[in-house]
Amino acid sequence: MNQELRELYQEVIIDHGRHPRNFKVLEDHTHCQKGYNPLCGDRLQLYLRVRPGPQPVIEEASFDGEGCAISMASASLLTESLKGKTPEEAKTLFQQFHQLLTGGGDNTQTDLGKLQVLTGVRAFPTRIKCATLAWHALLGALDQGENKPDNWVSTE
Amino acid sequence: MNISDPLTASSPGPRDNCPPFDIDTIRSQFPILQRRIHGHPLAYLDNAATSQKPRAVIDAIQKYYLQHNANVHRGVYQLSEEATHDYEASRDKVQRFINARERAEIIFVRGTTEAINLVAHSFAKPRLNPGDEILISTLEHHSNIVPWQIICQQTGAQLRVIPISDAGEIDTTAVDTLLKPNCRLLSLTHVSNTLGTINPIQQMIRQAHQHGIPVLIDGAQAVPHLQIDVQTLDADFYAFSGHKVYGPTGIGVLYGKREILEQMQPYQGGGDMISEVTFEQTEYNELPYRFEAGTPNIAGAIGLGCALDYLDAIGLQQISRHEQSLLDYATQALSAIRGLRLIGTARNKAGILSFVMDAAHAHDVSTVLDQAGVAIRAGHHCTMPLMARLGVAATARASLALYNNRTDIDALAAGLQEVKRMFK
Ligand SMILES: Cc1ncc(COP(=O)(O)O)c(C=O)c1O
Repeated sequence: MNQELRELYQEVIIDHGRHPRNFKVLEDHTHCQKGYNPLCGDRLQLYLRVRPGPQPVIEEASFDGEGCAISMASASLLTESLKGKTPEEAKTLFQQFHQLLTGGGDNTQTDLGKLQVLTGVRAFPTRIKCATLAWHALLGALDQGENKPDNWVSTE
Repeated sequence: MNISDPLTASSPGPRDNCPPFDIDTIRSQFPILQRRIHGHPLAYLDNAATSQKPRAVIDAIQKYYLQHNANVHRGVYQLSEEATHDYEASRDKVQRFINARERAEIIFVRGTTEAINLVAHSFAKPRLNPGDEILISTLEHHSNIVPWQIICQQTGAQLRVIPISDAGEIDTTAVDTLLKPNCRLLSLTHVSNTLGTINPIQQMIRQAHQHGIPVLIDGAQAVPHLQIDVQTLDADFYAFSGHKVYGPTGIGVLYGKREILEQMQPYQGGGDMISEVTFEQTEYNELPYRFEAGTPNIAGAIGLGCALDYLDAIGLQQISRHEQSLLDYATQALSAIRGLRLIGTARNKAGILSFVMDAAHAHDVSTVLDQAGVAIRAGHHCTMPLMARLGVAATARASLALYNNRTDIDALAAGLQEVKRMFK
């Protein structure tokens, strides 16, 4: 196995791909967003429970769906890192994560902790959409406000 | 066209006296096979998506631009005559290759997709009334589904679908009941691009004709692998793409029976397809030009003609035999991998192997294989309704061509073992 593959399929990714965390329908969700990658047919649904009020907080996040190891692991890691964040913080995290994958120039990037394991995707441009599928669903969920589950976000 | 490679000499129709099939010679005629990918020799196994091109085809295209480039059917000067001659000579080659009765039945289009859309708009749409039906099968590529949905929406007609077995074979017993009096067209793939199933189209065309129903065959995946004779098949329309048959992209063929084409309205209007235009009205050109509006893909047609010469010189029968033997070898190799399931196990198959693995998703399989120089396709292969029928979201697909050899299959099998090690 070559170095790039080893960096792409780190153990954490294979583990999360195989045993995704928070893999369930969140019955009492406040936000729900489907995501679809028409290129490969990966589909998932992201659920959030946001505590309303002047200081909204994401209390719970979960997802279900079907896809490759990269998209499943990325979704799994995303749901783990969302809990306790405000919607604004979650959007910032999206930006930082996107920066991490596309390597947008500056090397003053924030350490994203466990999410760093997805850095290996950088060497595989065709797989970046797999890694960002759940994240696009996140943005869609936060932007839609309340439940509007029938709109899809697409990576295209 | 004068190409020095002895294998590409023009020949009238299929030949019996082809030189013996020598895989190493053939491989040496495809320059791209020399490439190394991530440090490994290229094992190109995505031929159902598009095939690689032999040097003869690349040279023919280059020669056209270097020496003969001019617009066709218009100039009264030597270059234009040469371009027109070569373009029209390709039409003759296509005619012979699929054994059409006459050259006027060969329409150059962009590819299979455009051919089907042409039939949908110029043939089917004017004949459809609310309650009429178009019949397709579960195996179809999106390009043989969506055009029908569009005209069904416009006319109030209905799309009906022939079911398949779990092995991926058409349920021929269901066909008779679906060929109802209000069915206006059967549009069917010859070979499934996802499963490799070869449909019994000759029998099905006969069945449809017994009910007076015309038939369009999507031959995109058949022409590279099987000897096609549109007269024996008695197909009313037959469509295929140049790029899947070792020719360039952007060129394809719609064959149609003259008596049917003559009754059809033009698909697009413009230059070349007219015989006389006034602001009041236009008289259309004769066949096939009536359906070729605008400057055509001249280099593409010439490249396609050259590709068909190339195949003729090798012989479709030898190609089929080689690919079938490689398919058997590959089927055995993949069946021996535990945790791998072949999808599509029809008795009559072309060289296409779709599969899923317990260990990893098709997309991950493809990424790992790519690092070993093995190019396959992962996904729904533009057959999403078929995937839904089979209950899989995606498959990995290896598809064979005449230049593939056992080394390619061994590289695939080794790569799949690597997948299992990585994802265990
Ligand atoms: C069975 C089948 N039909 C139609 C098509 C469409 O061909 P094209 O994209 O060349 O128009 C394909 C190509 O993928 C195919 O495999």
